[in-house]
Amino acid sequence: MSTAADSGTRAGAKDGPEGEDAGGAKVNPAPESGGERYDAHFRVWRGDAEGGGLRDFTVEVNEGEVVLDIIHRLQATQAPDLAVRWNCKAGKCGSCSAEINGRPRLMCMTRMSVFDRAETITVTPLRAFPVVRDLVTDVGFNYTKAREVPSFIPPQGLGPGEYRMQQEDVGRSQEFRKCIECFLCQDTCHVVRDHEENKPAFAGPRFLMRVAELDMHPLDAAEESGLDRKTSAQDTHGLGYCNITKCCTEVCPEGIKITDNALIPLKERAADRKYDPLVWLGNKIRRRA
Amino acid sequence: MTHAERRQWDVVVIGAGGAGLRAAIEAREQGLRTAVICKSLFGKAHTVMAEGGIAASMGNVNEGDNWQVHFRDTMRGGKFLNQWRMAELHAREAPDRVWELETWGALFDRTKDGRISQRNFGGHEYPRLAHVGDRTGLELIRTLQQKVVSLQQEDFRETGDYEARIKVFQECTVTRIVKDGERVAGVFCYERESGRFFVVEAPSVVLATGGIGKSFQVTSNSWEYTGDGHALALLAGASLINMEFVQFHPTGMVWPPSVKGILVTESVRGDGGVLRNSEGRRFMFDYVPDVFKEKYAETEEEADGWYEDPDRHRRPPELLPRDEVARAINAEVKAGRGSPHGGVFLDVSTRMSAETIKRRLPSMHHQFRELADVDITAEPMEVGPTCHYVMGGVDVDSDTAAAQGVPGLFAAGEVAGGMHGSNRLGGNSLSDLLVFGRRAGLHAAEYARACGDDRPVVRDAEVDAAAAEALRPFGTGAEQAPQTAGGAGSAGPPENPYQLHQELQQSMNDLVGIIRREEEMAAALERLATLRERAQRMAVEGHRQFNPGWHLALDLRNMLLVSECVARAALNRTESRGGHTRDDFPDMDREWRRANLVCTLADAAEDVRSGRIALRRREMPPIRSDLLELFEKEELIKYLTDEELTTK
Amino acid sequence: MATGTEPQQNAGPRPGGVREGSRAAIAAPHLRTDRWWLAPAGTALGLLAFVVYSTWRAFANADYYAAPYVSPFYSPCLADNCHEMRGGPNIGLFGEWWGLSPALIILIFPLGFRLTCYYYRKAYYRGFWASPPACAVAEPHKKYTGETRFPLILQNIHRYFFYAAVLVALVLSWDTLLGFRDAHYEWGHMGLGTLVFLVNIVLIWAYTLSCHSCRHIVGGRLKHFSRHPVRYRLWGWVGKLNARHMQLAWASLISVALADFYVYLLASGAFTDPRLF
Repeated sequence: MSTAADSGTRAGAKDGPEGEDAGGAKVNPAPESGGERYDAHFRVWRGDAEGGGLRDFTVEVNEGEVVLDIIHRLQATQAPDLAVRWNCKAGKCGSCSAEINGRPRLMCMTRMSVFDRAETITVTPLRAFPVVRDLVTDVGFNYTKAREVPSFIPPQGLGPGEYRMQQEDVGRSQEFRKCIECFLCQDTCHVVRDHEENKPAFAGPRFLMRVAELDMHPLDAAEESGLDRKTSAQDTHGLGYCNITKCCTEVCPEGIKITDNALIPLKERAADRKYDPLVWLGNKIRRRA
Repeated sequence: MTHAERRQWDVVVIGAGGAGLRAAIEAREQGLRTAVICKSLFGKAHTVMAEGGIAASMGNVNEGDNWQVHFRDTMRGGKFLNQWRMAELHAREAPDRVWELETWGALFDRTKDGRISQRNFGGHEYPRLAHVGDRTGLELIRTLQQKVVSLQQEDFRETGDYEARIKVFQECTVTRIVKDGERVAGVFCYERESGRFFVVEAPSVVLATGGIGKSFQVTSNSWEYTGDGHALALLAGASLINMEFVQFHPTGMVWPPSVKGILVTESVRGDGGVLRNSEGRRFMFDYVPDVFKEKYAETEEEADGWYEDPDRHRRPPELLPRDEVARAINAEVKAGRGSPHGGVFLDVSTRMSAETIKRRLPSMHHQFRELADVDITAEPMEVGPTCHYVMGGVDVDSDTAAAQGVPGLFAAGEVAGGMHGSNRLGGNSLSDLLVFGRRAGLHAAEYARACGDDRPVVRDAEVDAAAAEALRPFGTGAEQAPQTAGGAGSAGPPENPYQLHQELQQSMNDLVGIIRREEEMAAALERLATLRERAQRMAVEGHRQFNPGWHLALDLRNMLLVSECVARAALNRTESRGGHTRDDFPDMDREWRRANLVCTLADAAEDVRSGRIALRRREMPPIRSDLLELFEKEELIKYLTDEELTTK
Repeated sequence: MATGTEPQQNAGPRPGGVREGSRAAIAAPHLRTDRWWLAPAGTALGLLAFVVYSTWRAFANADYYAAPYVSPFYSPCLADNCHEMRGGPNIGLFGEWWGLSPALIILIFPLGFRLTCYYYRKAYYRGFWASPPACAVAEPHKKYTGETRFPLILQNIHRYFFYAAVLVALVLSWDTLLGFRDAHYEWGHMGLGTLVFLVNIVLIWAYTLSCHSCRHIVGGRLKHFSRHPVRYRLWGWVGKLNARHMQLAWASLISVALADFYVYLLASGAFTDPRLF
């Protein structure tokens, strides 16, 4: 079977019968047995709102590990009070967001094998949000913004169980609902990252995407209830601040095409409402008729 | 006296996963002021990890489905040890709970005629799982989270305050349930970020804290799963049942080591994936137990035919309940027919087109590509069992989710016991969260309302004791903590909580794992006694602001308590059933079918080495006759004693 | 609590970026170790090169017609002072008073289309304006209002330029068709120039149709795809093209310059069009 061969090469000497690790059954090597290990150089930001700086560590790395494993090893061996947020360690919850070598990433999805062994790996907290301690930041901004987006408005006259939607109609919103709220897009977006003063006016890519999600929801009844999400995207949530430089799409660990599929379509929808006399006229005439 | 800010709410929900949020929504919709306390950020609960779907007999794909069939499947999956009333309520109410999610904005995958699509899953007779690709848990948690936000927006319009009637205290941990006499009076918590203590006073407390998986080394569970709710309930005087039943999910990742245990969804098999050993054989055909013989295919042709034409074929044995599949994989690996890294092969690459795989299993594709360099559209995955779920939990009233014996305490979701019997079917967890989350919220609200002005009181002495206990790992140096002076007592070097945790995980994994033996479990209890002793000497560095070492030290108390429950109950149950497999008692025993093992806190002993858990055996109420009539007599004979059958 | 969900009381908006007081104290504007400057620098150079070349050619008012080929920079030719092109895109909308190069009239439209294009916006905001220079690299500006105000709010009129670009592309298609003549306007011939024009027009169309506004107009604005199956299918096709918008933007930019340059070579006599048949 192909995997046997493939993983054999991946695991190096691990499976070889001449492997010296005698412990454990052949088929079930102890996690730490075999594989390659080496010492890596890390610089981790430590401190709190009062101040802090990058601290150097030398720490062991085993085959197949991710950055979060290394941070955990630091906790267990060298810095027991190193603060870090994490949960699932499988790229599904979006808790362990940090900046690794200056790039916003999930620590659990950043494999050590992408780095050169001699390289010093720098890990800092997200730099768009206030720091709490070490790698933990105050992401309250995002929860505030989440509250500012009016929720799904259920259609009148349809009870539970009566909703009918076609797959092609829910597909677009489903893509946006893959979001794990890691807030990496919010962190990398220069509108707030480089301009604290824009935070009150700008919802950020994640929550503009939420507006797009609801506007594309086939049964959302916002319009019927007098809420125009297309206009409010620009007037209330600061869509105009976005200059579509696509960093949000670049960092998204879920691979959501935030800019192309959510933000630009939303800009076009806002343009329909606010900058397109043809559409305006068309709607006027249709409503007459 | 400890300084701890006090806040007053009507209902406190501990945990913000599916059950907790559903309970909170219900309590708030009943008009009560509801606080949710959770260890992580809002929206990060372990529920996001659920992949496959929500089991509900809506009959959208196969009209033959109804609640009776779902009930039957659930009872069979749990080997008839389920609290039958819970299984009944669950099967009856699950469809309503799913439909309700749509009115809150959830977007499930659709059938051709626009209804919610449903997929096949292990142990379910019909396609039953409402799903969104393989990220159903994320959809569930996000929908509930957004529903909470929408309620907050409603309150904001009315009162100008988003948190007037529902508030989430995120990144806070509850260490004690405080009581006023018999009644629950509130909870004692610390804020992870600052380390500050606070008390939430409330007549109703809903436990929705999830499971205990972090006591095991190879687990699909996140760090939050330290059995907090189980332990809080014990310490508050409630009892736990069925703690010997721990579900090992058959398919977790086995390589590389750092991701060992991460879940590979059952949908892989539901959608056509097959298990093979190193010889290329679909070995599950060799492991169909007698009780399931009629329901499962005997040849590969028959099994493959089922995906297209389920009415004229029997199911592939890969879709047996999880306990059976996990044991089979374990046996194959032990027999030397495992994969290079100690698992077996799970293959979809030869079963579906690459496009289909990417569409139906996007997160599995992503997970294996990113974490293991495996392209599942081209090669098989390596998988092995991983600790996934605990069937045991707080002993609750089936209808109200109220914990027996502690007025004001409720439990829902994984922390509640009974619903799943000895083994949970895939997909039944998410529906369990919704059905019993709502019930717990509803009855907690009713109970709190009934208290009226007669609210229980949180006394300072209780708060001081809880604070002292929480500060203990800092030794005498940190803040005033009268009882910790010399509390460490026993001599010996200070202990590192990370080290203790690792040893605990190793012990549980090796000695109370998927296959159990009497000597090993006895040895586990010995080790737990030693760990308990060493835990008294735990010392942490640093201060109280976001100090993970300290947090772990506090969680270890809970893990040690629930681990002892698991080991003690497992040692006592001399049969194999569902999530409890004894090497020395390999068969199912009909006499044991109607027995629950009940754990309570033992009276405090002088010697820290003597166990903290008392165990007793309790008879289950007989299954209601109209429910029994849903089964064929021939099937019941396999589970029920002759005496039970005749009294029916 | 700072991770709480309540908005912070004291948080009057303070100006500042990654070195703002409450953020982690790190002096460096960024900690990226890769060659992040390569992409914006390359973009800026590429765009600059095109600007220099096209400015020269647009103002030149010469060497833009070599029968049967007309440079795409000068088509349609809307002034009286245009070179006479038989069957070609002469439309004398602008009278004799127009003394400048006729290219300046028509180029506004493709230029406007590209200037307001969602891809080019990204490219020049990053490459020329350093806003931001690259992801997670601090930008040098004190203030930022994005596209909320004049003049950048005008980016919202992209769709009108799209409509115009479609008209221009139609004319260029006609020009390409005329390329199947020889220098004496006999039909049924083909030269190397015809191929150059063919490649160019395919890229121009692909770029124009892959436009985000086009994707929106074709189907993106619908709420229910299921009720408009034809538009849904079109939306899907445009979506596939749209995923390559950046590549098409560059490819068509280069091809249009090459087509013009080819005409320049022919018209200035530096090169003779090899005839295929």
